[in-house]
Parts: sequence; C-alpha cells; structure tokens
Amino acid sequence: MSKMEKGDLTLSLFDLRLPQLHDQLSRKELTVSDLVDHAFQRIGQVDGKVRAFLALDEERARKTAREMDEQLSRGGERGLLFGLPAGIKDNIVTERLRTTCASRFLENYDPIYDATVVKKLRSAQSVTVGKLNMDEFAMGGSNENSGFHPTHNPWNLERVPGGSSGGSAAAVAAREVYFALGSDTGGSIRQPAAYCGVVGLKPTYGLVSRFGLVAFASSLDQIGPITKNVEDAAFVLQAIAGHDPYDSTSANVDIPDYTGALTGDVRGLRIAVPKEYIGGGVDPKVKEAVVNALGVLEKLGAVWEEVSLPHTEYAVAAYYLIASSEASSNLARFDGVRYGVRADNPDNLLDLYVKSRSAGFGPEVKRRIMLGTYALSSGYYDAYYLKAQKVRTLIKQDFDRVFERFDVVIGPTTPTVAFRIGEQVGDPLTMYLNDILTIPVNLAGIPAISVPCGFVDGLPVGLQIIGKALDEMTVLRVAYAYEQNTDHHKQRPQL
Amino acid sequence: MSISRQEVEHVAKLARLELDESEKELFTEQLNAILNYAAKLNELDTENVKPTSHPMPLFNVMREDEVRPSSPIEDVMRNAPDEEDGQFKVPAVLE
Repeated sequence: MSKMEKGDLTLSLFDLRLPQLHDQLSRKELTVSDLVDHAFQRIGQVDGKVRAFLALDEERARKTAREMDEQLSRGGERGLLFGLPAGIKDNIVTERLRTTCASRFLENYDPIYDATVVKKLRSAQSVTVGKLNMDEFAMGGSNENSGFHPTHNPWNLERVPGGSSGGSAAAVAAREVYFALGSDTGGSIRQPAAYCGVVGLKPTYGLVSRFGLVAFASSLDQIGPITKNVEDAAFVLQAIAGHDPYDSTSANVDIPDYTGALTGDVRGLRIAVPKEYIGGGVDPKVKEAVVNALGVLEKLGAVWEEVSLPHTEYAVAAYYLIASSEASSNLARFDGVRYGVRADNPDNLLDLYVKSRSAGFGPEVKRRIMLGTYALSSGYYDAYYLKAQKVRTLIKQDFDRVFERFDVVIGPTTPTVAFRIGEQVGDPLTMYLNDILTIPVNLAGIPAISVPCGFVDGLPVGLQIIGKALDEMTVLRVAYAYEQNTDHHKQRPQL
Repeated sequence: MSISRQEVEHVAKLARLELDESEKELFTEQLNAILNYAAKLNELDTENVKPTSHPMPLFNVMREDEVRPSSPIEDVMRNAPDEEDGQFKVPAVLE
C-alpha cells in the first residue's frame, strides 16, 4: 500500500462511528493495536502543526492495546468504548501521567491517583493516548493562556481553537483521537467544539464526577465529551456519567440509556429561540446558519418560537465575579509546599508561598485570582460576590420560565467564528464577552451541546441546544435528528 | 466603583502574589475595566432575590466512620519539593 493510501485509510477509520468500529473489531478486520498505531501515526503527522498534545503515553497505550487484542481473540464481554484511542484534557488527573493544567506551576506534577472519569474510561476500555492542551487552569477561551504553547485551529492554523478545552477539540477535529474529554466552566467544552467543527456536550452539573478534576470554579465545573458526532457523544456520556461517593456534589440519579435518544424523531418538539441569542452582537452569517438549522428541525416536525431570556446581558459580569471568587479560593492550594513549583531560597514560609505562586502562575490566572480575592474581600463581598449570586438566581429563573413551555432552547454556541491568534490578547474583557451565549448555561447548571451547523469564511459554526436539568436525553435527541439530516459533521479539515 | 493602585497592592498581598511595577499598572487598568463592566449588575433590583451558591439542591453526604486505607506515604511524597522522614519540609515558622 502506498503511503498516501495508508494515510487515507487511517483517516477513514477515524470517520467511522463507534458501533461501526466495534463491528470491524468483532469481525477481526481491525485490531486495537491498529487503531492505536493509527492514532500515533496521525499525531506524528499533524500535531507539529496543531499542537494539541502536552504529553503522550505511547508505551502504556500500546501495551494496553496488545492486552485488548488478546482479550478480543479470547472473546467475551467488551467495554462500551473498547479499543478507542482517547485524549484527556490536562486538568483531569491521570496516575503516573504528567498532569499540568497547562501551568508552569505543575510542570512536573505526577499524579498519585486517577480521576473518577479516567477510572470509568478504563472500565469502558478506551485507550488513553495522551493529555491535551488548554488555557492555564481552564481560564481562557483561546488556548493562548497555555503556559507551554498555543494550540492551532485545524481548519485554519492562524486561528485559535477556542478554549479552554482547545486541545481536546482540536485533537478530535484533526482526527488525532476518536474522542476527548474536556471540562466546561463557562463554555470551555462547547465554544472550542464550535470553533473546531466537532460535537461538545456539557452535561448537567453533577451528572459526571468532578473527583480528580483540578478545581477552577467548583459550582460551575463539569466534565463532558468532545466527539465527531452525536452518537459517539452519547456513548462517551454513558461511560462517564453516574454517582460518585468521592464527589459530594455528584447527582445521585438513575442514568438512562442515552443511545435510546438516537431516534431522529423530533415531531412536536417545542423549541425556544431567545432573541438575546440572535441579536446585535451575533455575526449575521452565524445567525443565518442557526436560522437554517431551525428550518431543518421545522421540516422534521418541530416548532419554534422566539422568546426572551431577559437577564442574558448580565450573565458575563455575574459569571466572572463568581468564577473568579471560587478560583481565588481553589487556587490557594498551590503554595509550593506539597507539589509544584517551589521558589529557591525563600526568606520565610510566607515568602515561600508568595514567590512560588508568583513564579508559577501566568498572567490570566493572576488576574482572576486578583479579581476573585477583591470580590471576596472585606467591604466588597456584598457589592460584588453576593450581588452576582443573586443575579445568578435571576438567570436560572429565566430558564425555568422558558422550560415551562418549551423542550429545548436553541441558539448559536458563539457570536462569531474562531478569531485570529493574538487578536484579543491584552483585552481580557473582549475575550470574556465571547462566552456570552455559553455562560448562562453554567450559571443555571443545565446541559447543552454544540453541534456543527455550517461554515462562515471556511470556519465552522456551532449550534447550541440547551435542555432542562438532567434531560440530556432530549438534548441528544434533537442534536442527533439535526445531525442526521445535514452533513456538516462529515467535513474534515485539510491538514 | 473603581480600584486604585494601592488597593491592587493590598489585594495582591491577600492573594499571596508579588507583582512587579508593570503588572501593578496593567492589573489596575484591566481590573478597573472589568469592575466597571460588572457595575452593570447594579441596574438590577435584587433586594428580594435569594443568592444561588449552587445550581442544584445540595445535601450533606454522610458515610459510616470506618477505617479505610489511605495513600501510601511514598506516593504522597512523590511530588514534594522538599521532604524529610515522610514529612513536607518548609522554612522555619518560628524563630
């Protein structure tokens, strides 16, 4: 086989949906070692340009693959994600695999345990190939805040992949892995998924354990899948959802069979389209892609109506006060005593804390710690932190009211397509406003997915489908029905 | 509402951060821009609104008080910048 044909074969394998791959493995047309080989081969080919990875775990991945191939030849039960090469965002701890949160502070951090989601992936038998780049401690929307290097958008290497799970979205879009895990505090799964033309699902707060996710803002953080299609997202969610006694905020609920949502049937579905989500700040071409998507769903028997979520314009302000306050508290643990950077020759213990933190954190992390510390400080707590929490209530009530009459809320995931690397550096407020359509969902704790819905100037546009708390079934059902009637998700970037 | 350079210095102290002169200047400017934007929240009357600290109802999680194994000390010490006899070592706290 010539080199080019082999490359094409690798790519076409990456485009198979999960049940198709399982069939090929069952029929012995393919081995897990093949899949893992292909993943590392592809990473070797393209990651020099995309730069999605911070660490690879090649030796262990190949060993796991060989063990799975032996299991395959013996026959018997296989895990839900059997043999699938996966990448994991670098704020999710992996035992004996360097976990940095893309921070210089944790440059050499060697975790002593696996996050619950990593354990769950192992029992579902996916194969971890490496750790994915992000904005430092998940603070940012472009991956430019990585303490190591920026990741590039596979659709246009001069553009950002989004963030903070930019490495996860770029690796899936570039077909370096079959799926990835990301985390979403204010849009960090959905926004990069939209910018990179892949599927990103933020589950209901508490559905997926946060044990082993390095905390940024504990009342907002949630882990979720980034995949090439909705069906794979349902499978990955199935594997990682569920109650965890190690996470006191974990939801103790029955987990449905999410593949049951893949019916394609949206007849009678009631869709709310907030006028605030398609208003002035949204690129008209992005709006057009969303209106076209609503047309597709309408043809399938859904009905939509314009509504108002009147407090949307306050979400970004409330979010940055709440998230930064929680971050300033969570990041107090990085003091140079038990792990991470320790400054040389400190004068005393206080000096050790100050010098270690100042040397290890990048500018965005310092900025948010400063903002949060200020918002929580004596004399300002009521004016900022408490006020923001009250506005959070109003934002949640906006959704509650709409969900009395509607099944889902739909709009764009982001107001624009991916911006140029360097374009918004130095202007944090503008950067924060990119998240205006994703942040309200985190404040309300509800689930949402971003699915590809077209292109503007050669760059992908994301359609955001928002559901009621714990109603991932409806979110997946709508996303799947839409996806099956379009071919945006089948496009792949030329690298 | 605005934040002065002196307040930035004070907040940095609370946050255990050391800022150089250019960082102080930049953060004063950027934090003011963010706080001016945040002042938008004052347009809303929240007199009778309860704060939301968490999106979902939270309950105390209880478990039996049973002895369970914890992480081996050599694992816990693996990332320690400095240690002695299975303990994290830091500069003297008391003179």
